[in-house]
Amino acid sequence: MIEIRLFATLRENREKILYYEAEGLLTAADILHRLTIPSADVAILLINGIHAKPADAVKDYDIIALFPPVGGG
Amino acid sequence: MTTSYNLKMLRVNLTANTVKTEVLDEALAKKFIGGRGLGTKILYDEGIAKVEPLSPENKIIFINGPLTGTNVPTGGRYMVVTKSPLTGMIASSNSGGVWGARLKYAGYDAIIVEGKSKTPVYLSIKDDKVEILPAEDIWGKETLKVEEILKEKHGKEASVLNIGPAGEQMFELACIMNEGDRAAGRSGVGAVMGSKLLKAIVVSATRTLIEPNDKEKLREVVTGALTKIRENGVTGTGLPTYGTAVLVNIVNNIGSFPTRNWQESYFAEADKTGGESLKEKYLVKQGYCHRCPIGCGRIVNLDGKIVGGPEYEPIWAYGANCNIDDLHAITLANFWCNELGLDAISTPTTIAAAMELYQKGYITEADCGGVPLVWGSAEAIVEWTKHMGYGDNKLGRLMASGSWRLCSHYGVPEFSMSVKKQEMPAYDARGIQGIGITYATSNRGGCHVRGYMISPEVLGLPEPLDRFSTEGKATWTKIFQDLTAVIDSCGMCLFTSFAIGAPEYAGMLNAATGTTYDVAGVLEAGERIYNLERLFNKEAGMVAADDTLPKRLLEEPIPDGPSKGEVSKLNVTLPQYYEVRGWKDAFPTDETLERLGLK
Repeated sequence: MIEIRLFATLRENREKILYYEAEGLLTAADILHRLTIPSADVAILLINGIHAKPADAVKDYDIIALFPPVGGG
Repeated sequence: MTTSYNLKMLRVNLTANTVKTEVLDEALAKKFIGGRGLGTKILYDEGIAKVEPLSPENKIIFINGPLTGTNVPTGGRYMVVTKSPLTGMIASSNSGGVWGARLKYAGYDAIIVEGKSKTPVYLSIKDDKVEILPAEDIWGKETLKVEEILKEKHGKEASVLNIGPAGEQMFELACIMNEGDRAAGRSGVGAVMGSKLLKAIVVSATRTLIEPNDKEKLREVVTGALTKIRENGVTGTGLPTYGTAVLVNIVNNIGSFPTRNWQESYFAEADKTGGESLKEKYLVKQGYCHRCPIGCGRIVNLDGKIVGGPEYEPIWAYGANCNIDDLHAITLANFWCNELGLDAISTPTTIAAAMELYQKGYITEADCGGVPLVWGSAEAIVEWTKHMGYGDNKLGRLMASGSWRLCSHYGVPEFSMSVKKQEMPAYDARGIQGIGITYATSNRGGCHVRGYMISPEVLGLPEPLDRFSTEGKATWTKIFQDLTAVIDSCGMCLFTSFAIGAPEYAGMLNAATGTTYDVAGVLEAGERIYNLERLFNKEAGMVAADDTLPKRLLEEPIPDGPSKGEVSKLNVTLPQYYEVRGWKDAFPTDETLERLGLK
């Protein structure tokens, strides 16, 4: 299973956390595609807490966190 | 030539009970811009670096920037500049709301307050009419009550800045509040007001806008800047929708969210305290400062009372850092910080330090008067905030002097997560290398908004940097620090820098004041200010060893989570930083001072 955590506006009309079977999901882009989230809407993509790109590989037991453009201080 | 400076300052001597109007030298103002820069220059030239912070010899300056009160976006901020009782070094603490703009409209760029009154007083300013008035009836009262009483007396349109019971008792963690929930929060500036028996400053003004040097040019630059701010994902959508607390989940998910006084750096329950939860459960509406197109403020419903809600920093400090996932308790404790006039970063981080002291047996149950300082206690964060603000018990008073003094009292200063005795904010520098340079070298002590390296290292703005790497971080930090000094000096909000940069700030300054800054020139002005602050600190007794981080960050790896095993590599980055700054052993060389016109 891959755990997907959604935050801020990406939660609207979606769950906060989803679990996908890893089979058939090779990259983070595949996950975005399944979620129907355009990659342009994702400003921060973390794989296991490390900044990543949509083209980066995902595997079983990974935690993917997705954020739109946000900031603060 | 028209300029957005008033070129007029007030000098209030509370010992002699006098108020004088002084001319502000235009060339000096332009060289140090205003706000943080000009305030430091005045303080430095008047020999304040060497005085005792809570003595009548210290001075406290309330100072606008040249863009305060103009029509630039967020142009309403003022700065409080003084010698800090918390750090013993330069303090410059800025705040939004409307107060700063109103002071500008009343006709003044700055108020310099010196001496000490014999009895509690407040200052009333209505255009040319400036009076020192008795404050016995408001002394001892909480900040919202003071504002209510003074508005009744001086009119609803008056802006009120004031201190709470913490400032009156000269606690090192005391802040200054204005417009209910806006704060000049850091470095104990409220204690300096208290030491002078100055409770409040009320300002009313007839004017409602400052005329710039070149109206057409300013309109053009402002239009461009506003478009960028509105179209930017952070300033146009993220901050307005979720406020600053949207950062909770990001920083936690990278495992750099200090937990239990930085013993860990991932908080499993963080989402319950994030900006998304705050919006869902408590948000009533956005809060806006003067001429702000962003509206990051959170106006919340707290048990039926509509009040200013917590920002990211207090949510972290009362939350993960005290092992609390109860957003109601965090909001209530934050409310008490505002009411009592306490720094909403240093107060909860000191409570977290006290909780570690309790965990390790230094503070006992008997010391706690019925509310033990145990991790995760909602009652403890609220009640100990009140004890710190009211100073109604011995331990509360000790805690109100900050975590460094608290932990030193028990012989373990290393439990204080502070730099130069000021508590660090909500980003673990072990997992984010650049922010560690900012913390270690910040002239006002532990602070994130003096060079917000989180922007490139975590948010990827203006471009992503590898947060674990040290490469290039010294140069980036210097640029961020210098640009921040400009923004803090011109009277705008730092959050605009998510969307606009040095060209816009230079453009607005030039159109408003008649300066001719280009990008390099405006950054050099920021560099001049940063170096001047360092000179102030040197004269105040700072030594090279003060540019460091707590031992925990340098030697104890993050125990778990996405940043597991990391420590700060300050031993690598600090020498690099000094080299790019043109400093030797933490201080500017003669060549650097010559280059910046500081000799």
